Amino acid sequence: MTALQIIFLLAAAVILISAVMVTATRNMVHAALWLIATLFGVAVIFAVLEAGFLAVVQVVVYIGAIAIMFIFAVMLTRREMLDKGPQMNKRAWLAGILCVVIFASLIYMLSSWVGFNQIPLLVGNADTLTLLGQSLLLPSAYLLPFEVASVLLLAALVGAVYVASNRKQEEK
Amino acid sequence: MQSWLYILLFMIVAVIIPFAAILIARILGPRKPNPIKQSTYECGMETVGDSWVQFKAQYYVFALIFLVFDVETVFLFPWAISINALPMFAVVEGAVFILILVAGLVFTWRKGMLEWN
Amino acid sequence: MQDPIGNLYNWLMGWLVSWGVDQAISNILLSLVGIVILVTIAMVLDVFLVWIERKVVARFQDRLGPNRIGPWGIFQPFADIIKLLIKEDTTPNGADVFVFNLAPILSLASVLLLWAVLPIAEVVFGVDLNVALLYIVAAGAIGTLSVIMAGWSSNNKFALVGAYRMVANMISYEIPMVVILLIPAILTGSMSMLTISQSQEQYWFVLVVPLAALVFLISAIAELGRSPFDLNEGESEIVSGFHIEYSGMKFGLFYAGELLHAFTFGAFISILFFGGYNGPGVTQMPVLGVFYFFIKAMIGYWIIMWVKYTVPRIRIDHMLYFNWKFLVPFSISILVMTAVMHKSLSGYETPVYVGGMLAANLVLGWITIEILRAQARKQRKMDDPNSRVVAELTH
Repeated sequence: MTALQIIFLLAAAVILISAVMVTATRNMVHAALWLIATLFGVAVIFAVLEAGFLAVVQVVVYIGAIAIMFIFAVMLTRREMLDKGPQMNKRAWLAGILCVVIFASLIYMLSSWVGFNQIPLLVGNADTLTLLGQSLLLPSAYLLPFEVASVLLLAALVGAVYVASNRKQEEK
Repeated sequence: MQSWLYILLFMIVAVIIPFAAILIARILGPRKPNPIKQSTYECGMETVGDSWVQFKAQYYVFALIFLVFDVETVFLFPWAISINALPMFAVVEGAVFILILVAGLVFTWRKGMLEWN
Repeated sequence: MQDPIGNLYNWLMGWLVSWGVDQAISNILLSLVGIVILVTIAMVLDVFLVWIERKVVARFQDRLGPNRIGPWGIFQPFADIIKLLIKEDTTPNGADVFVFNLAPILSLASVLLLWAVLPIAEVVFGVDLNVALLYIVAAGAIGTLSVIMAGWSSNNKFALVGAYRMVANMISYEIPMVVILLIPAILTGSMSMLTISQSQEQYWFVLVVPLAALVFLISAIAELGRSPFDLNEGESEIVSGFHIEYSGMKFGLFYAGELLHAFTFGAFISILFFGGYNGPGVTQMPVLGVFYFFIKAMIGYWIIMWVKYTVPRIRIDHMLYFNWKFLVPFSISILVMTAVMHKSLSGYETPVYVGGMLAANLVLGWITIEILRAQARKQRKMDDPNSRVVAELTH
């Protein structure tokens, strides 16, 4: 059991348990907090895979911006912070069986993959950051997706402003 | 991997120390709960109405604008690092990226979304 | 004397391995010892910061400050800590107990995490992370989360409003801060704090990008939630904001966390723009860097305190306008200008480079001031009741 495996198993346990708690908990703000635990577990897995940049980006963007937006959105809706009662309905056992079947078939499909039994060879993280920068900026690499990403962000901003300004008109 | 392991250990220690401080305070402090002491504070009066305020929608708009700019700056970090290794057109590409989003900020400004009322 | 920590580490490693302890386990053990020492230094520093804060605010307000306990009141913070420890630990009615207790822990933990990447000297640092600049932003994000957790779980109107305002403040001012953090990354080509300190051996970055240092100072003060941006703590407005329901050691953790955060930001300003541990004689004896680092960090902290105790509080809408309408466009223009000038001038020798960048900064600063003056003139003309233009418009 190398350190890599131990940390991976712990992080995976955190992710899975928190993800289940997101759906099973009664209080919406608690659900947002469990989501934060899940995202943090994903950041730990990125760090274990030597993708340090992506690990901090995960914390900065997902936990520092998106999770806060979720919490603001939950607080924006009235009375959503009170208990809502049990989150399982009568057919929960059927959903459980379905999950187990899907999990078993995924494992079966993956077992024929060559990487199933091997610990991944990790790249030393000396220059991956400069490589990332260069690949985003060279025209022969991914320059166009880089610029299109900014147009996508612009579209998101314009859409958000439009929706918010409509709501303001309604309030007036 | 070595440095991230250090950070993980650091996180564990950094959480244990304030936790230990609170634990010591809980052990050393008296424990005499009474309903008046535990009632919520409202300038010395009884609380009026529900303890939940209408959340101004403006906060959500600011969080959205912040999200877009946050993702933008995250994209800019690899750009900033590799400027030295690439010729001048890399700077121009980054400037185009930034200017597209500045146009978005100007649009938001003109639409009055940055007003707080 | 060249590398005392490294030598000590190697000696202890050799000793542990010769005892038969596994290599990896002894690595972890020694790292743990190092971490505990670093965190202890940060906490002891925190205790003295309480004393420094109270003495300095007293002098700014023309009075003496604590001077009874010990010479110059130096044992005052210890008395404060004992008082906080023996206070009762109340939880208000209807508060969410787990989140209520977790918030102060996360708040202090997010500040302590920053100390892992600070290069105190060339050979004294926690870890040389290659993404240290974004790591700092990430630790700040955890701090923001702890504020919202505190405000929401207190079951109190004032706490909730205070938390909303504080979070709106912190996330707004994070944008200029992160944009300015890109500038040392451009100048050095690396996100590691150690590399940034090492490349300031010849000249400090404040000579090359003074405007960036100024904007970083302003957004750091806003990010800390200190005056003049301390709307959430306005005692006269919303009664202490999100820490209303906290008493005893939990409040102590918030307060200590805030002071240590301010000191850590003073340290960042000194690392990013004022050379960090560099100073005369550091190349021969690297341990001297510790001394220079703390002096510079203390000066940075003093400037933050100076601003706090001099300037009155700003209203929340002015604060947000100032950020989104001035600081964000300004910091973006500094970024683009620095990138362009750095790339064009990077081939030349140092005096031409420094002079060129400084000149570009001054030109940008002058243009900004002219734009602001034109805006102020327009605003004054609009507000002036005797003005002919306004009289024409109102008829």
